[in-house]
Amino acid sequence: MDKRKERLDRGIKVRTEGIYAISSWRGIAYVLLPTLSFILVMLTLPLIVPSTTWQRIMTIACIFALLALSFDFLAHFVGIVCLGGAFFTGVGGYISGLLNSAFGLPMAITIPIATIAGGAICTLFLIPCLPIRGIYFAIVSLMYPILFHRVIQALNIFGGTDGLPGLATFPNIWVELYSIIPITLLLTFGLRRLVNEDFGIVLRAIKDNDQAVRASNINIAWYKTKAVYIASAIGCFAGACLAHLYGWVGLSLFALDFSIFPIAATVVGGGGTLVGPIIGAFILAPLSEMLRAFGPLRVVFYSLILAGLVIYKTEGLLPFLQRKYHQFERWTEV
Amino acid sequence: MNIFIFGLVNSVILALIASGFALVYGVSRLANFAHGALYILVGFATWLFLNRLGINYIGSILLSIIIVSAIGAAIYRLLLIRVKGMPASEIIASLAIGIAIMELFRWRGFISEAYMLPPFVKGSVNIAGVFIDWQRLIIIGVGLGMMLFLWLFTHHTKVGLSLRAIAQDKHASIMSGIEPDRTAVISLAMGSALAGIAAVVILPLGNITVETGYMVLTNAIAVCIIGGLGSWAGVFAGAFLLGFTEILTAALIGPQWQMVVVLLFIILTLILKPSGLLGRQKELEERV
Amino acid sequence: MKEDFVLQVKGVNKSFGGVKAVDNVSFNVFKGDILGIIGPNGSGKTTLVNLITGFVKADSGTVFAGEKKLTGLAPDKIAGLGIVRTFQIPRPYHSLSAIKNLVVPLYSSRIMRTIGGKLGDRDTVALDILEEIGFERDAHVPYKLASAFSEGYLKRLELARCLALKPHVIIMDELFSGLSVSEIAAMIPMVERLQMNGITIMMVEHRVRELFQLANRVMVMNFGEKIAEDVPDNIMKSDIVKQAYLGVT
Repeated sequence: MDKRKERLDRGIKVRTEGIYAISSWRGIAYVLLPTLSFILVMLTLPLIVPSTTWQRIMTIACIFALLALSFDFLAHFVGIVCLGGAFFTGVGGYISGLLNSAFGLPMAITIPIATIAGGAICTLFLIPCLPIRGIYFAIVSLMYPILFHRVIQALNIFGGTDGLPGLATFPNIWVELYSIIPITLLLTFGLRRLVNEDFGIVLRAIKDNDQAVRASNINIAWYKTKAVYIASAIGCFAGACLAHLYGWVGLSLFALDFSIFPIAATVVGGGGTLVGPIIGAFILAPLSEMLRAFGPLRVVFYSLILAGLVIYKTEGLLPFLQRKYHQFERWTEV
Repeated sequence: MNIFIFGLVNSVILALIASGFALVYGVSRLANFAHGALYILVGFATWLFLNRLGINYIGSILLSIIIVSAIGAAIYRLLLIRVKGMPASEIIASLAIGIAIMELFRWRGFISEAYMLPPFVKGSVNIAGVFIDWQRLIIIGVGLGMMLFLWLFTHHTKVGLSLRAIAQDKHASIMSGIEPDRTAVISLAMGSALAGIAAVVILPLGNITVETGYMVLTNAIAVCIIGGLGSWAGVFAGAFLLGFTEILTAALIGPQWQMVVVLLFIILTLILKPSGLLGRQKELEERV
Repeated sequence: MKEDFVLQVKGVNKSFGGVKAVDNVSFNVFKGDILGIIGPNGSGKTTLVNLITGFVKADSGTVFAGEKKLTGLAPDKIAGLGIVRTFQIPRPYHSLSAIKNLVVPLYSSRIMRTIGGKLGDRDTVALDILEEIGFERDAHVPYKLASAFSEGYLKRLELARCLALKPHVIIMDELFSGLSVSEIAAMIPMVERLQMNGITIMMVEHRVRELFQLANRVMVMNFGEKIAEDVPDNIMKSDIVKQAYLGVT
């Protein structure tokens, strides 16, 4: 007797689609449970973990989560593969660091400025490769961090190879955690809202078929520019936070880790979900921290994870969980 | 004169390191971001064979080139073949593989002055008042030899012709019985071997470092973008343009600016002529 | 007389690597026309559409819409002037539902200000357009992902995308190709209604029978050249057309 696996939507999923979600308390709970539990876990995680070291790892994970979020947004909702996470962290970090060390501005001012101005600077540099399709954007965004690294080294500006030490830091770990985590959540759900609004619909349409969008009287270069600005501003924010976490900016802000790690996190968590990359970052950051003792092997480790997951086209953790939540499987006779 | 000779050497170096990348991209439309890693892999492998296993120099070189072309073929056959046709995944996967290889070397501690290959022939000669070491002349010789070989190979052998056929029109070639996966494997094996040959002739000029791998990757990509992705004439034009500009920059402004010039060139190319100097950009026609 | 032209094509040329795809073609499209363009495969019909709508740059020659020169404008600007096109192979935004597919043109600068900005306003307009073009309103159809639609629906969606832009000229690139006879029969009244609403139509078509029924003028192309232009009856009798199409001498 042959059998095959059948996958069906749970009844409650069907009953809670659209407006019918509010027909019963159970339906409301079913719809809200995943989101609420995610938020709750994110907010309570710092209280549960055993030591300040681990709390610090949580903040680092958040930084990487933001970078992963920006990668996922560009890659899966606009169709731009950006390998330049390090570009964003570098630019954001240096702007924030310079403002703090040269003008003595407080963190509450430097971080927003770094976010807004940094995003603009990164976007300006990336505009030339926006109208072209293909692999150019990936290549150029990968090269920019190397370029900036070299320029700073060559000109010996911004502290040269030593970087800028002695920047303002967060007063304590709690302020640090409970300012970065909520912002991460806010940005995640903000972006998720955005991609379902009309503006986001246009971006997703550009990803699917850019020629038809052009034929619909929409200037795709302009919309891509806006999308890149959003993504790079998020990345610059992450970089600025990083500068103030360590109280130091240096050339290592342009390191390849910041480009590769977010992509790995996105692939682990599941691309195109926006929440997935956050989960991915919170899985990979502690793992990578545990491997810190091995030095460069860390990079080898997550490069291999990344290559493996990309090559075997895994769906990612979040889509897997979603499927389990919404559907059940059973064996049926053929 | 100085600038001319060193510019020429530099151009040939660039052409050598870019040719492998260009071959793979031209034939299989695959941007092999592991190119730089394969390059230093050959360097370290040759060093290991030479110094640890005591194989003679020529033997080590041949052995490591054979190994790297096998690795190149294996990377495609076992791994990249699964993501064929998805440019984003191809780039991410090959880059990740490349980084893994390079950082593995860094982890094993291959970072010191000790790792260098001896030049083939020691000493230097005086050409028109410029002292130039033999190794650099050998590079030019190998570069010219390689171009000749590639030209003969792609124009007069069956395999070479099938590679060109696939590069020109994939569907028509498939209809004539050329298997795209096989040619892609061949192109990766050859591309890796080219990276290997480039590595063994160029690396004796300095130390073998992990950073060289990243440099080679960016340079190869730069040459290909400036010359036009998928165009052979473009590779040479791009290599010479970039080669001389780099040397001029180093002489007039300072060597630390070389890298900046490379990137500046890429950006300018993308703004002014995205298809590169000699690249033929496919008209929209086919996609509409 | 001149103001009656909605499109004026003057001596456009385009070659792709030595092959003349469009060779010195000139014609006018009058207001309220349905101009049919026929020709064997590879005769340059689609290239002509691409040239007019800005997707391909002409080597020489100009295209005017009234007083406005279209040559050199970007495709999105030309669409903004109300000259819109369908694509031969409909490639919808497959990750979006039919309704959201129409939100995209409704978000264009041409239409943006005519619709309210609140979330859902565009969806309502999109639903109206879809109904007009033959999508069942209350069923789940408009909410299905575009990737789930059959060819017939995709062609209609393609037309709907154009209508959302409130055009005065629609250039249809083989709208009927790939459709069954009954699907075409359902489309014909739709095209007629568009004409009655004052939209000028230019149809590139292989389905000669249906085209001759609709068009009031027909232009024939072969090897990139315009070989004839006349009312359908004369075209049918013309020897030069028979020669191009059937190889009859």
